[in-house]
Amino acid sequence: MIEIDRITKVYNGVTAVDAVTMTAESGTITVIVGTSGSGKTTLLRMINRLEEPTSGEVRINGESTLATKPHLLRRRIGYAIQGHGLFPHHSVARNIGAVPRLLNWPKEKISARVDELLTLFSMEPDQFRDRFPAELSGGQQQRVGVARALASRPDVLLMDEPFGALDPIIRARAQDDLRRIQRALGSTIVLVTHDMEEAIRLGDMVAVMDGGQLVQHAPPAEIVTKPATGFVADMVGDMERPLRLLSLVPLSEVMEDGDAPGEALPADSSLRDALSACLWTGRTAVPVERDGLPAGRVTLDAIRARAELGA
Amino acid sequence: MKAGAILRPAVILLLLALVLKPEWFVPLFAPLAPEGAPVIYARSSLLSLSLSHLGLVAAATAAATLVSVTLAILVTRDAGAAFRPLSRTITNMGQTFPPVAVLALAVPALGFGAGPTLVALFLYGLLPIFENSITGLSTLPPATMEAARGLGLNRWQRLIQVELPLALPVILTGIRLSFVISLGTATIGSTVAARTLGEVIIAGLLTSNTAYVLQGGLIVGLFAVVVYDALILLEARIARRSGMADPR
Ligand SMILES: Nc1ncnc2c1ncn2[C@@H]1O[C@H](COP(=O)(O)OP(=O)(O)O)[C@@H](O)[C@H]1O
Ligand SMILES: [Mg+2]
Repeated sequence: MIEIDRITKVYNGVTAVDAVTMTAESGTITVIVGTSGSGKTTLLRMINRLEEPTSGEVRINGESTLATKPHLLRRRIGYAIQGHGLFPHHSVARNIGAVPRLLNWPKEKISARVDELLTLFSMEPDQFRDRFPAELSGGQQQRVGVARALASRPDVLLMDEPFGALDPIIRARAQDDLRRIQRALGSTIVLVTHDMEEAIRLGDMVAVMDGGQLVQHAPPAEIVTKPATGFVADMVGDMERPLRLLSLVPLSEVMEDGDAPGEALPADSSLRDALSACLWTGRTAVPVERDGLPAGRVTLDAIRARAELGA
Repeated sequence: MKAGAILRPAVILLLLALVLKPEWFVPLFAPLAPEGAPVIYARSSLLSLSLSHLGLVAAATAAATLVSVTLAILVTRDAGAAFRPLSRTITNMGQTFPPVAVLALAVPALGFGAGPTLVALFLYGLLPIFENSITGLSTLPPATMEAARGLGLNRWQRLIQVELPLALPVILTGIRLSFVISLGTATIGSTVAARTLGEVIIAGLLTSNTAYVLQGGLIVGLFAVVVYDALILLEARIARRSGMADPR
């Protein structure tokens, strides 16, 4: 659990972060979202003391971050950034093993961990561990960057626009990977983005920053349906609100008994996927399956009703 | 690449022949020597002069590297930034002060021999290494430096594991320039009795023996070419290893 307590950062009279208080629960993803210059990066960097707060305090699992020397604190907190920041002169294996090496893990344990992480990120260890960063694609570099942040199994992971440099398709995959890995490891993640879509897709909680202040801290559905300020509403974007809302609702919530023609969708896919399947194939309902077995159907009318509920 | 594959061994062979078997070149140099005078310098062995010459240059460059890189590291830290202009002025002075004048000033203090030459070469060699080290250490990829800090490397670990290795190719370029400049400059050391290949050139000047001058000049020039080439190869290799350059 990360408790951020009235934390403030002032640069030469300009307040970059203004008395922000919030708590990130263990095992959840909190996404900090806001426009450029709203103080997201500064807030994030104060958690691992890359930036010292002007006032206020951060506690991780109840312990003040001030109780530990900064570089020792950082070894316990995973950190991944936009543009990955890999060491260009080190192999993939050495990059991923950076923090375990700092923590004096034995060699065999490090190389086993490196292979485990490469596999987790769908990169064949034999093929990738000895490559240099320049010999990877953008998406692979980014995955190695995240793998490096996870290497020592930190319970807390900080990520600053980790997918910012990726094209939309690879980006969606990287987000799904992160979600899957976070669920598997139970890590506490604080992720910064300027993209509300990404915030809603990834966050268990979304924290919206505006001009250094935290203007709303709520689950994604609430951000979409009850934006606290005009700024939040603008960020969500009125046009796509129903769609964003639909992307948050799993099929299982509006599923009814019955049958429908065509290819089935898994029960945990979203209403947005179902809507898209209906429109694309001209159907008025899609079958739903669970563990490969027919479970019911979702109709276009049910989707519409749900979308209007949020409007 | 093709031309280099043929030219490189040819140049090295020519250099070795000039140093080890100078008598082979009698027919070539004879027209340049005065009537009846010796064609090939024989007062000391060219090999021992070459080794002493290279040794002086290597020692001076090593000392200049140590001092310049240390200084560059200090002034690229936050705490040392204030001293950057001052240290630049000092190393610049080392370069603008003529080595001949340094020799003249150093002789009374250090006596004749290798000492004054080492000092002159050292001072003269500081600037290129210092400037390149500063450039190398202050143009590191920002995301990599941020990550190094964020992962928990302390200052010393960042310097040794990240900053110096990444700056190395640029620092090496400075060392190469310094070494090659010193190789030529060292010849004047022979005016104050340092054992360098300058001895051959000076003997030629004193006796109007152009054959000596050419012989000495050629050997120094070829050493410069060979060392320059070797260091370029080394730099390219390191740059490639460090992933900082496109693989060629
Ligand atoms: N090191 C710094 N010195 C001075 N001002 C800074 C510094 N870092 C950030 N700022 C200012 O603080 C504000 C917030 O910056 P930042 O946290 O980077 O925003 P974001 O990540 O949301 O784009 C900006 O106005 C920025 O100019
Ligand atoms: Mg930022």
